[in-house]
Amino acid sequence: MWPGWRSVRLWGAIMYNNRLIGSLYIVPFIIGFLLFTAFPFVASFVLSLTDARLQDQLGAANFTGLANYGEMAGDATFQKSLGVTFFYVFVTVPLKLAFALFIAVVLNFKLRGIGFFRTAFYLPSILGGSVAIAVVWRFVFAGDGLINQALGAVGFGGVNWLGEPDTAMFSIVLLRLWQFGSAMVVFLAGLKAIPEDLYEAADLDGASRFKQFWMITLPLLTPVLFFNFIMQIVQAFQEFNGPYIITAGGPLKSSYLLPLMIYEEAFKYFNLGYSSALSWVLFVIIAIFTAVAFWSQKHWVFYAQERDDQKGGH
Amino acid sequence: MTNSVQLTDVKKAFNGHEVIKGVSLEVKKGELVVFVGPSGCGKSTLLRLIAGLDTPTSGEIHISGKDVTYAHPSKRGVAMVFQSYALYPHMTVADNIAFALKIQGLPRAEIEAKVAEVAEILQLTALLRRRPKALSGGQRQRVAIGRAIVRQPDVFLFDEPLSNLDASLRGQMRVEIARLHARLGATSVYVTHDQVEAMTLADKIVVLNGGHIEQVGSPMELYRRPANLFVARFIGSPNMNVLTAKLKGATADRVMLETPQGEITIPRTGVRAEAGAEVRLGLRPENLHIVSDGQAAVLRGGVLRGHVVLVERLGGETFAYVALLGFDQEPVIIKLSGEADLHTHQEVALAMDADRAHLFDVAGLALGQAVGGDHV
Repeated sequence: MWPGWRSVRLWGAIMYNNRLIGSLYIVPFIIGFLLFTAFPFVASFVLSLTDARLQDQLGAANFTGLANYGEMAGDATFQKSLGVTFFYVFVTVPLKLAFALFIAVVLNFKLRGIGFFRTAFYLPSILGGSVAIAVVWRFVFAGDGLINQALGAVGFGGVNWLGEPDTAMFSIVLLRLWQFGSAMVVFLAGLKAIPEDLYEAADLDGASRFKQFWMITLPLLTPVLFFNFIMQIVQAFQEFNGPYIITAGGPLKSSYLLPLMIYEEAFKYFNLGYSSALSWVLFVIIAIFTAVAFWSQKHWVFYAQERDDQKGGH
Repeated sequence: MTNSVQLTDVKKAFNGHEVIKGVSLEVKKGELVVFVGPSGCGKSTLLRLIAGLDTPTSGEIHISGKDVTYAHPSKRGVAMVFQSYALYPHMTVADNIAFALKIQGLPRAEIEAKVAEVAEILQLTALLRRRPKALSGGQRQRVAIGRAIVRQPDVFLFDEPLSNLDASLRGQMRVEIARLHARLGATSVYVTHDQVEAMTLADKIVVLNGGHIEQVGSPMELYRRPANLFVARFIGSPNMNVLTAKLKGATADRVMLETPQGEITIPRTGVRAEAGAEVRLGLRPENLHIVSDGQAAVLRGGVLRGHVVLVERLGGETFAYVALLGFDQEPVIIKLSGEADLHTHQEVALAMDADRAHLFDVAGLALGQAVGGDHV
């Protein structure tokens, strides 16, 4: 017999066992993914085509086709919520991106002790928009909260922040803006990736700092801007903690974001089918925005590598 | 005003560490001056000080008669070609070249005319719509030069512009830069660590070492009359051979040296004899020749014997490394023709062009002057 045969068989056994071991390692993820992502994804779509109610047996649900989706057309609450959601996204996303970029640019200055400020400015994002922070937010904006106390101390009357439609929205918008850290860190990394000598060349060419920002920094930052834009759009459409804990969607549904409505439809009014349909509408909205963003990027996102390789031919 | 750039006792320290230790220098109008030196010698820092990208700790910088020591880079009348080219990656070649003109707010038609003219000079016309990524290294280099030319500055600054190119392209671009300089006649300061670039391009070479100037002079001056051992070794390829010897005596026009192989006499004036002092004898590779035993017998004094340890054949020329008998040091390098009949372990006798020999004291300073008419 060929003497190498034994080692080949041994090798085969090890490889077989390695595949087995490797598979075992990813099983927890697979189970989690199937159970908590794939199954609800499919199930919610199926439920959205039924009149399922949370308190009933699932078997009691009837197939109703697209009735749930049709119902939205006449649902004033849904339309109000949709409007509020769009307002929230259109206000928070640009503001947050602009603010994160501004802070990133400032933190990119070469100053003594700038590392401390980078950490300090990132802190809010570690705390983030968690339930605890949202609770704190509620206290801060409450009638006798920190802000009104501060205003009182300098002689201003208090504002009923959470009681007025305009200011209630303002308070949850602010909660989102305060989580600018992750976008900022991505911007900061993008800024650091721009070679210093481009600015030196621009200095010699006589471009002011302001012009350098618009003509060099911003164009070269567009891939990062694009990434942050997508992430922020997706996250903003899914905001839940703020309206749920701070304003409870009120007053007058003025901060009743779609995710909160989905939650309340399912777990307050037990309309599982309708709630699922709302989820899918939200999903489609996010998908459309993302798709449009991806489609649009060829007009405004500059990728140093790929695009020029394509253009290199002619 | 014939001085285009004038540095007066310029010093620069970073965090208390002085990297430019008092440099004074004049660059005449139309001159191409090359700063050359090993890495860390301060040559790039000096260029950045002229450009205004850094500010000197003390001293003064004048450009075209104006004190620009603390002036903004754009207010100095200088344009710079960066080592990395520093092209704006999101702009086309045309936009890169036009950038400074756009900032100046020139009319569109004028910008286009100037860009077209520069593109013509640098053969970039066909590439104007491309982005830097779609260009070869040499093309990017030309765009960087074009961006500098279009501004018609008083002074061009080049920061190791060829170091990112491969060897053959480097030679090609070197010729292009030389031709461009001949055509435009613009004052230029050129930084490089490559002494070949320095020798071939410069009207005047400034050899820098450890933040101070070792010597300033024309390429052939530096080659023929290095002021010290550092310059002698830095200029010339392969490097000058340096042998240790003892001073035995000197007359008005010759110097006698004691070496492990006996006495060597070289013609040299102005050497104050201090018998027994240790000196360095510098011999360029082309000033050592292999001679037959018969010739060696005739030459007597001034012949060095040794054996070949390595032969490097480059085709057109051959370098031989010869370990000298009795000398406790590195083998000397000699430059021979491409066909030189030579092999490793061969015993050889070397004759030297004694009138081309260099002599330095222990501190490295040149001793005396060569005799004869090779003034440059």
